Amino acid sequence: MELKIEFILNNKIISVVDNPAKTLLDYIRDNEGLKGTKEGCREGDCGACTVLLGEVINNKLKYKSVNSCLYPIGNAVGKHIVTIEGLSSKSLTPIQEEFNNEGATQCGFCTPGFINSLTGYVIENNELKTDDAKSAIAGNICRCTGYASIKRASENVIAKINDLNISGSERIKSLVEEKFLPKYFLEIEEKLLRLKTSLKVKDNKSTLVGGGTDLFVQNANALLSQNISFIKKLNLSEIETRDNYCHVDAGVTIEQFKNSEIISEHFPNLPSQLNLFASQPIRNSATIGGNIVNASPIGDSTIIFLALNSDIIINSKNGKRKIKLNNFYNSYKEIDLLENEMVEKIIFELPTTSTKFNFEKVSKRTHLDIASVNSAISISTEDEIITNIFISSGGISPIPLYLKKTSQFLINKKIDSQIILEALNIAQSEISPISDIRGNVEYKRLLLNQLIKAHFIKLFPKQIDVEALL
Amino acid sequence: MKNFDALNHIKGKSLYIDDYPLPEGTLHAVVFNSEIAHGKITSLNLEKAKAIAGVVAIITAKDIPGENQIGGIIQDETLLAESEVHFIGEPIALVLASSIDIARKAARIIEVEFVKLPIITEPREAFAQNSLIVPPIIFSSGNINDAWDKCDVVVEDSIDSGGQEHLYLETQGAISIPIEDNKLKLISSTQSPTSVQKQVSKVLGLPMHQIEVDVLRLGGAFGGKEDQATVWGVLAALASYVTNSPIKLVLSREDDLRMTGKRHPYSSDYKIGLSNDGKIIAYEVTYYQNAGAVADLSTAVLERTLFHATNSYFIPNVKATGISCKTNLPPNTAFRGFGGPQGMFVIEAAIAKASITLGLRALEVQKRNLLKDEQHFYFGQKVKNSQAINSWNAVEKTFDSKNLMQEVNEFNSKNKLLKKGFSFMPICFGISFTSSFLNQASALVHIYTDGSVGISTGAVEMGQGVNVKIATAASKTFSIATSKIRVESTNTTRAANTSPTAASSGADMNGNATILACAKILDRLIKFAKIELKTNDTDVVTIANEIVIVNKKPTTLTWEELVNKAYFSRISLSAQAYYRTPEIHFNRTINQGSPFAYHVYGTAFTTVTLDVLRGTYKLDSVKIVHDFGKSLNRNIDIGQVEGALVQGIGWMTMEELKYSSDGKLLANALSTYKIPDIYSVPDKIEIEFLDNSENRFGPFNSKAIGEPPLMYGIGAYFAILDAMKNTKPKKKFEVSAPLTSEKVLMALYD
Repeated sequence: MELKIEFILNNKIISVVDNPAKTLLDYIRDNEGLKGTKEGCREGDCGACTVLLGEVINNKLKYKSVNSCLYPIGNAVGKHIVTIEGLSSKSLTPIQEEFNNEGATQCGFCTPGFINSLTGYVIENNELKTDDAKSAIAGNICRCTGYASIKRASENVIAKINDLNISGSERIKSLVEEKFLPKYFLEIEEKLLRLKTSLKVKDNKSTLVGGGTDLFVQNANALLSQNISFIKKLNLSEIETRDNYCHVDAGVTIEQFKNSEIISEHFPNLPSQLNLFASQPIRNSATIGGNIVNASPIGDSTIIFLALNSDIIINSKNGKRKIKLNNFYNSYKEIDLLENEMVEKIIFELPTTSTKFNFEKVSKRTHLDIASVNSAISISTEDEIITNIFISSGGISPIPLYLKKTSQFLINKKIDSQIILEALNIAQSEISPISDIRGNVEYKRLLLNQLIKAHFIKLFPKQIDVEALL
Repeated sequence: MKNFDALNHIKGKSLYIDDYPLPEGTLHAVVFNSEIAHGKITSLNLEKAKAIAGVVAIITAKDIPGENQIGGIIQDETLLAESEVHFIGEPIALVLASSIDIARKAARIIEVEFVKLPIITEPREAFAQNSLIVPPIIFSSGNINDAWDKCDVVVEDSIDSGGQEHLYLETQGAISIPIEDNKLKLISSTQSPTSVQKQVSKVLGLPMHQIEVDVLRLGGAFGGKEDQATVWGVLAALASYVTNSPIKLVLSREDDLRMTGKRHPYSSDYKIGLSNDGKIIAYEVTYYQNAGAVADLSTAVLERTLFHATNSYFIPNVKATGISCKTNLPPNTAFRGFGGPQGMFVIEAAIAKASITLGLRALEVQKRNLLKDEQHFYFGQKVKNSQAINSWNAVEKTFDSKNLMQEVNEFNSKNKLLKKGFSFMPICFGISFTSSFLNQASALVHIYTDGSVGISTGAVEMGQGVNVKIATAASKTFSIATSKIRVESTNTTRAANTSPTAASSGADMNGNATILACAKILDRLIKFAKIELKTNDTDVVTIANEIVIVNKKPTTLTWEELVNKAYFSRISLSAQAYYRTPEIHFNRTINQGSPFAYHVYGTAFTTVTLDVLRGTYKLDSVKIVHDFGKSLNRNIDIGQVEGALVQGIGWMTMEELKYSSDGKLLANALSTYKIPDIYSVPDKIEIEFLDNSENRFGPFNSKAIGEPPLMYGIGAYFAILDAMKNTKPKKKFEVSAPLTSEKVLMALYD
C-alpha cells in the first residue's frame, strides 16, 4: 500500500508517496540519509532512535518524544519530526554543551536519543524539575556512562533554564532566543497548519494502528504488506466525566491519561504509578485502546481498568455495544472483537470518598520493563467493613485477570490481617501462572500474595498488623 | 579536556558502521544460522532462497578458498559450519542481496535438516562428561593439604555467577570493499583490527598485506568485540572475494543477541580456612567455567580468574583449579574484567559465609587480610606499591563509614517493611595481558608542515577516551595544544601487528609508544632549534606552550615556524616507535611468575534498601576511593569508574541470561534482558582520588582504568545479602548472582 504522505522533517517539508507502515527510523535514515538517529533494538527498549514529534493541538504547537523505530510514517502525517540534525547547528545548544562539559557521552551511540528526549522535556514543561527530567530520559539506555554524568548534565540544564526565567506563553520563541532550538522552529506552526493532517484510507479490511508500540514490535515487517489505517484522533482524543463516570476515548495515550487532571483529582497516586508503564516515548504513543486490545496478560493499564470494573464500548458499522472489560478476554490473546469492530471507549465509575485505589507492579527492572506480576485494587469500605471490592492481577493467568472469587470473598468482611491471609488462599486457587523469563511459577504465586498484602498495608495501615503479614 | 569525539557525538555526526556512505553496488548480507544447539546437517537447500529476485549469492563453507578456521587461541572454530553445528546461532550460510530486506526474506526460506545430537548447557555436566576445552589449570602456593589442620574454622560451599550480555549499543558489523588486485579494505567494528586481518588472510588464502582493516570508532564494545567481531569481518571479506562487490554486514539486535557469546557463567566450589580472629589461612577453589561451544578466549579468561582468586587479600595457602567446560552455548568471550570478576566474587562469597560462622562481620575479615607490600600473590608476584589498606582506610575516613553503618542500624531498628544493608568491596586488579607477548604497541607520529600533528596507534576508540589520552601524552611531550593533534583511525597499514585494545592496557601501551615517537621527533627539533638559534653547547633548549625556550627564556621561534623551518632543512617530521611492557614474565610450567606490570586498587562502600514485602531493592549509594595513579584526564577517568561500576552492578543484580534446556537463549531481546536504566543506578555515586599513588609504568604516572572499577559492583550483591540478613537474621540464604528480586523474595520466604 502506498499513500501520499506529507510532514515536516527538521526544516524540510516532505511530500512523498510511500508505504505508511514504513517506520520513521527507516525513512529518516534510508530515504533522507540522516544517520544521527540510531537503530539500537527496534523494539522501543533502548531509545537510541528517539525523535521529537510536534503537532498543533488546540492551537498550540506541542512536542513530545517518540521511538522512531515503532512509529509508522503514516502517523507522522501533518506533524513536525525533529532529529538530532534538526537541533544541531555550528554552535551547541545548552543541552549539548552540558553533555559535553559533564562527559555525558562516551561511545556516543545513545547520545542523540538522550538529547532529543531532554530537549522535548525542556520545550514542553514550564516548571522544570530534576525528577521529571529523569523520567523524560528514562526511556534512553546508555551502556557506557552509568548515567551519573547524564544526570549531572540534565541537572545543569534545568538549573540553567530556571535561571533564565523563560516565559510559558511564548516558550518556543524564548527557547530559540536562548539557543535551545534553531530559528526555523519559529515558522513551524504556520507551516504545519498548511499541511494535510490525515491520510485517506478507505478500506474496511485494514489493520487499525493506534500508536503502533505493540504492533510494530511484533509485526513491523508484515505490516509493510498489509492495508493499514490510523486512528484519526490519536492525541486529540478525550477524557471526560459524565455524571459520576469517566469516559476515556480508546485513542487516549497513556501519557495523556497519566497527565489528565480528572485522573489526578480522583486517583492522586496513579500518575506516579503510571511512570512504571514502559517509558515516556512509548507512553507518548501507546493508546489505552491499544493496550486493551493487545490483550497482554500483563498489560498495566488493562489491570488498572479491570480493578475499576470498567465497561468498554465497541463500535462497528452495525452500531455500538457495551460489555464489561472483564468479559472481553476469552483466552490467551483471544478477545471478544469481530473483524469490523473497534474499541471506542472505556468507561468506569469515579471513586467516592469511601473508595480507595492502588496499583502494584514488580518487574525485574523497576522501570521500562514488563511486569512479573502486577495487581490493582479498588475497594470501598464503611466502618472498616468492605462494601465493594475489585482486585485484578496480571502475569498469573493467560488473560489479564479479575480475581473474582477473591474479591467476592472479601465483600462484607472486616479488614484485618487474618482475613487477608484467608483471601490469599482463595487468590491462589483462581490463578494459573507459568514459568517464563519473567519468573518461575512459585515466584509469581508468592509475588501475587505479596502485592495483595501491599495493597492493604498501603491503603489501611491502621487496620493491618504488618508483622502478621511478613 | 573532554573526549575528542564528544562534539560529533552530541550533534549526531559520528559515524558508526551502519552510518557509512556505501559504494555503488554494495550488497547486504544476512547470516543464516543454526536453530538447534547440536546436530549433524543432513541437507541444506538454498535453491528457493536463491530464486528470490535480488538475491545475488548464498555463500557456504564450500566457497572458502583458504582455511575454514578462525579460532584465535585454539584452532577449533569454523567460519561457516560444514557438517555439524554446535550452538544455536552458529553461522551456516551468508545470504547476499541487493537490499537487507530481501536478504532477510531469503534467509528465512533456506531449508536445512538436522539430526539432533545430545546437548550440554551446564558446565558441571560438561565436566562430568569430560567435555573440556583444555585440561584443568591449577595455580597453587603454600601447602593446602597441611593448612586445614591449622585453621580454627573451615567453611565449604558452592556459588554461581551468571553470564552477561555486553549490550554495546552499536551491534556487530563490518563493511568490506574490494580494491584492485585482490586487495580488500575492511571497515570493522572491532577491538582487534589485526585479528580481523589475520583471519581474513587465513580464510581467503591471501597474504596479510592484501587486507587493510580500518576502525574509526566503536559504539561500545566491553570485550564483546575483541574476538567476536572477527567472524563478521571475515564473512564480509569472504563475500567480497566471492562476488567482487562491496558488502555490508550489520547484525540486527536480535541476531546479535542470539549469535554472539557473553561473559562466562561460572559455577564454583570453595573451601576457606581461618583462625578465630579472622586471618585467612587456606583457600581452595574450583571454577567450572561455561565456555560455550568453542574456545574463543575462554582459556585466557579462565587464567585471569585464577590470577584474581584472592582479590586484595594475602592468603598463604591456596589451591585454585580452573576448568574450562565445553557446552552447546554460543562461545562465551571477553567481557570487561575478563574472568577477574568471577574469581573475586567467589572469594568475597567465601568471606561472607565464613564471617557468619566466625561471628565476625565480613568487613573485619576483609580488612584483616588486605595485601601489604613485600607479601606475594599466590602465583609468585611480589606485592609492590599496594594501595589496598590505604584505599580502605581512606573510605573509612573520607566517607565516615562508621557513621554510615550506624545509620543503617538505626534505620533497621525503626523500619519493618524496609531494611538496609551495606558492604565493603576492595579491589585489586592486575594490569597487563597475561599472555606476555601481547604487551607491545607501536605509534606512528607525523607533524605536518603547518605544525598540526597526526597520530596512529593500535588503540581503538570505543568510548573509553583512549584517543584523548594519547593526544594528551603527545601534547605533554611536545608542549603543544591538544587542538593541534588528531588521533587517526586505527588502521593496519599504519599500525601493524597490533594487540587488541583490551585488558585496560590501551592507553598505557599506546600512550607510552606515542611518547617515545614524539620524543624522537622532539629530539630532532630541539637539535635543529639549537642550530637555528645558534645556541651554545651549554644552553638548555626546550619547547613550552608552542614556543622555543632557551635557558628558561622564551624566544620568538614558535612551534609552527620551527616545524616549517625544519621541513625546509630536510629534518624528518615523522617517527614510529615501539613500546613493550618491561619486567613481566610468567612460567606456565609451574604457573608462577610476575605477569602484571602493576595492580590497580580501590575500595567501595555500598548501601542498599530492601523492600521486604516485594523483594525489590534500591541502591542508595556507592562511595569509592580509587587508585587512579596520577590521572591523565579526570573527566574521562571518573566516567570510566561510574560506567564500569554500573555494569558490575547490572551483572550482580538484574542482568539474567536464561537458556532453555535445548540451549536457546530466553533473554533474547531488550524486553527480556534488562540492563541498568537511569532509575536502577545508585542514587549517589561518590568517587574520591586516592592520594600519593605513583605508577612508573603508566604514561605520566597514570594508571589503567577500563576494567578494575567494574568489580566495585560486586559490593551491590553483598549489600543486598546484608539487607536480607538484617531482615531475617536467623535464616541461611542459598542465593547466587545475579541476585534478582525474584531470588531475593524466594529466599526470604521459602
